[in-house]
Amino acid sequence: MNKLRKHLELNVQLILEKRPQSSGLMNLFSPLLAIVLTVVVGGLIFAAMGKPPLTALYLYFIDPLTSWWSVEEVLVKAGPLVLIGVGLAVCFKANVWNIGAEGQLTVGALMGAIIPILWGEWQSPLALLAMLCLGALGGALFALIPAWLKTHFGVNEILTSLMLVYIAQLLLDWFVRGPWKDPNGYNFPKSVSFEGWHLLPMWGDGRMHFGLIVSLVAALVLFWIMRHTLKGFEINVVGSAPRAGTFAGFSQTKMVWFCFALSGGLAGLAGLIEVAGPIGQLQPQISPNYGFTAIIVAFLGRLNPLGVIFAGILLAISYIGGEGIQIELGISSKITQMFQGMLLFFILMCDTLILYQLKWISTKPNQPTSGHAS
Amino acid sequence: MLNKSNNNAPMTLLQVTNISKKFGDFYANDNLNLSIETGKVHALLGENGAGKSTLVKMMYGALQPTSGSIFWQGQETLIASPAHARELGIGMVFQHFSLFEALTVAENISLALPVQLRQGDLSQRIADLSLDYGLPLNPAALVADLSVGERQRIEIVRCLLQQPKLLIMDEPTAVLTPQEAQALFSTLRRLVEEGCAVLYISHRLEEVKQICHDATILRHGKLVAEVDPKVETAATLAQLMVGSSVHQVSRDANGEIGEVLLSLSHLYQTSSAPFGVDLVDVNLQVKSGEILAIAGVAGNGQGELFSVISGEERNPQQHFISLLGQVSDGLNINQRRLLGAAFVPEERMGHGAVEHLSLTNNILLSRHACNDEGSSLDRGWFGIDRRQLAQLNKAISINYDVRKSREDDVAGSLSGGNLQKFVVGRELNRKPKVLVINQPTWGVDAGAAALIRQAVIDLSRQGSAILIISQDLDEIFELADTIAVISRGQLSPSYAASELSREKIGLMMAGSHEQTAQAFGA
Repeated sequence: MNKLRKHLELNVQLILEKRPQSSGLMNLFSPLLAIVLTVVVGGLIFAAMGKPPLTALYLYFIDPLTSWWSVEEVLVKAGPLVLIGVGLAVCFKANVWNIGAEGQLTVGALMGAIIPILWGEWQSPLALLAMLCLGALGGALFALIPAWLKTHFGVNEILTSLMLVYIAQLLLDWFVRGPWKDPNGYNFPKSVSFEGWHLLPMWGDGRMHFGLIVSLVAALVLFWIMRHTLKGFEINVVGSAPRAGTFAGFSQTKMVWFCFALSGGLAGLAGLIEVAGPIGQLQPQISPNYGFTAIIVAFLGRLNPLGVIFAGILLAISYIGGEGIQIELGISSKITQMFQGMLLFFILMCDTLILYQLKWISTKPNQPTSGHAS
Repeated sequence: MLNKSNNNAPMTLLQVTNISKKFGDFYANDNLNLSIETGKVHALLGENGAGKSTLVKMMYGALQPTSGSIFWQGQETLIASPAHARELGIGMVFQHFSLFEALTVAENISLALPVQLRQGDLSQRIADLSLDYGLPLNPAALVADLSVGERQRIEIVRCLLQQPKLLIMDEPTAVLTPQEAQALFSTLRRLVEEGCAVLYISHRLEEVKQICHDATILRHGKLVAEVDPKVETAATLAQLMVGSSVHQVSRDANGEIGEVLLSLSHLYQTSSAPFGVDLVDVNLQVKSGEILAIAGVAGNGQGELFSVISGEERNPQQHFISLLGQVSDGLNINQRRLLGAAFVPEERMGHGAVEHLSLTNNILLSRHACNDEGSSLDRGWFGIDRRQLAQLNKAISINYDVRKSREDDVAGSLSGGNLQKFVVGRELNRKPKVLVINQPTWGVDAGAAALIRQAVIDLSRQGSAILIISQDLDEIFELADTIAVISRGQLSPSYAASELSREKIGLMMAGSHEQTAQAFGA
């Protein structure tokens, strides 16, 4: 009885109530809310570090867009994020959790680099095409390892795909310090510089490259597939209602293979584009964690390929802005990872509001009863 | 249960006065009054969408009324949440269960119990109580492997463990055999003798007449009558519910019985789920123009049988399943559909249809590879043929009376009966040569059930072979030409419906035809 009275005396109560239908408005609004929360909390952190928060936020988010060279730089960084992000968006939609895009990117770059490093004399547009294909193939094959482990032994793909990242990175490290080291490179751990048709066509100030078009095309094609074709329908159904998927004759096993091959292939392609584009050779570090950041890009973009384009640009700004405030305010560029982490955290939090609503329950009409009871 | 009040005179336990619930502009409940007395079973009747669930959810604290009040034991009370309702002594068994599939029976029950009830050997208490009330349960079984009927037992036992003063039951007998239903009725009678009150929601008017003391009838959110079910007939009750007289299913002279279209011979199938039922030497034949019904208690291999016939689960061996004269063991579900077979699974939500998808997308779900109109719905890179889907949706809605608020609504917003009409209509619309339906009218109101059954009969009279798996004996006798019974994965021989009585079927459900007798649950 005591417990009951306590219950009744509470005036208001904040509860999460399941919505009868998922909210379409919140689906769009949740990433925006997450961005606002990230900016506010980011400002508080800047203030706590003794930096002027408004200046810091300006330098972080707005300044990169105020000059043409930094906009170009943002696009160059957005390219791989979008390319990997759209693949992961499809994966996550199908409830397949590829966390190892960073490793697939690395293996893609390694595979594609076979041509400039071992057949340096083959100069033809076909050589570049072959590099792109090998890059995608390498990423896809590497991604099929967790797919195989999952479908044959039931091993959790989150763990295996993540662990394979470190294997891939050590593999790259070994190659550039060992067999593929440039003999004329003063013993630096780098491969020969790629030349001629082993580099992607560039334009602008010399940083914008063909890979951006690849990213855009991949996003548009996947948007079409997800929106209008049976394959997109299959991905949706298998991901959200597996039993209905079986009833429709869609195979879950095949879906795991498909998703890993697709997202791994795109990540491998992104890796090759990085080494054949902005970097121009193999080196121990070829990606500032694009493969992991793309996970945030996929979620921020609502797992929708078009949304991923915008999310990719936003996350690219966070890289450039991080470098900017390091120079201007002397804050460690690790702040980039902090912002990216906060963003993912807030998106996942705000996504709760798509299926649930916050409700104040007032126990006002109950006051007289509570009087009776006590 | 062991209610402390020894007061045998009925007193008002829960009273609802002038209660309304508005969703947008729509009144789901409009100014309702109801009072439930101790020691009585009170029936709440109405078609799907009449507002029964809304009313009950308010009593259980899952929804808050827009206006009006609820009195609990004479005091105006705001029931803030289901947890609060349980504290007050209100227990509820839902029609759609809220169980975690990955957990065991005991774990699921333990989760919903207050801490003080979790102590001691809960598994033993569950086993004892469930046996005591004739609802046997294995506390260590995984919920994922249990049938709908067994899942319902969990919900009932979960409530009983909390010794409720008021027990709300939403369509409890929908999945039980006559014997099981009778056992449940004795449970309920015992509960009311012990001073408990029961609010009983059902479509089955005969059983309402049998066990209920009062009845409140709702239609379109309004209260239409309060009657004594003992003095009414099933027909008058139905008329009050529907507002007009219910269409009777008609079976004119038996159609032509033709060649065998579906046959299983010596089918053995080991279940892939840890607590599933293995199928043992199953033989059956369904001929053109024939309706074969398989009766049986929930969880005796019906689900396994359905998925092996549909091809969702593949049989590794050959020559066991033949569809339209063709060996089909190696075919997947879509290849079987292409041969001319159609399937309706037991669970409409999550298996037969996807809640958040539109109706047209749900048509696509089972028909994307059927090629019925000579043109495929799937045009590859050019996308899905939306126009053809919209036409199909329209045709299905009209022919099978699917009521919805928007032409291409999401499946989740349809009521149970309308969704079932849609899911069945989606397959019947193909005019399949072989139709397999698991629980055609489970949890569906009288009007929708009659429509579905009539449509099934009409299809068989056009020369299709139909296999029905059902736990509803009324339905089986209404539809079937021949009947077989499944028990622990073994199927009895088929008998002509006219040769069988309910008693005989009841005995077979208990396993009289089985080759080897095994102790249940051992």
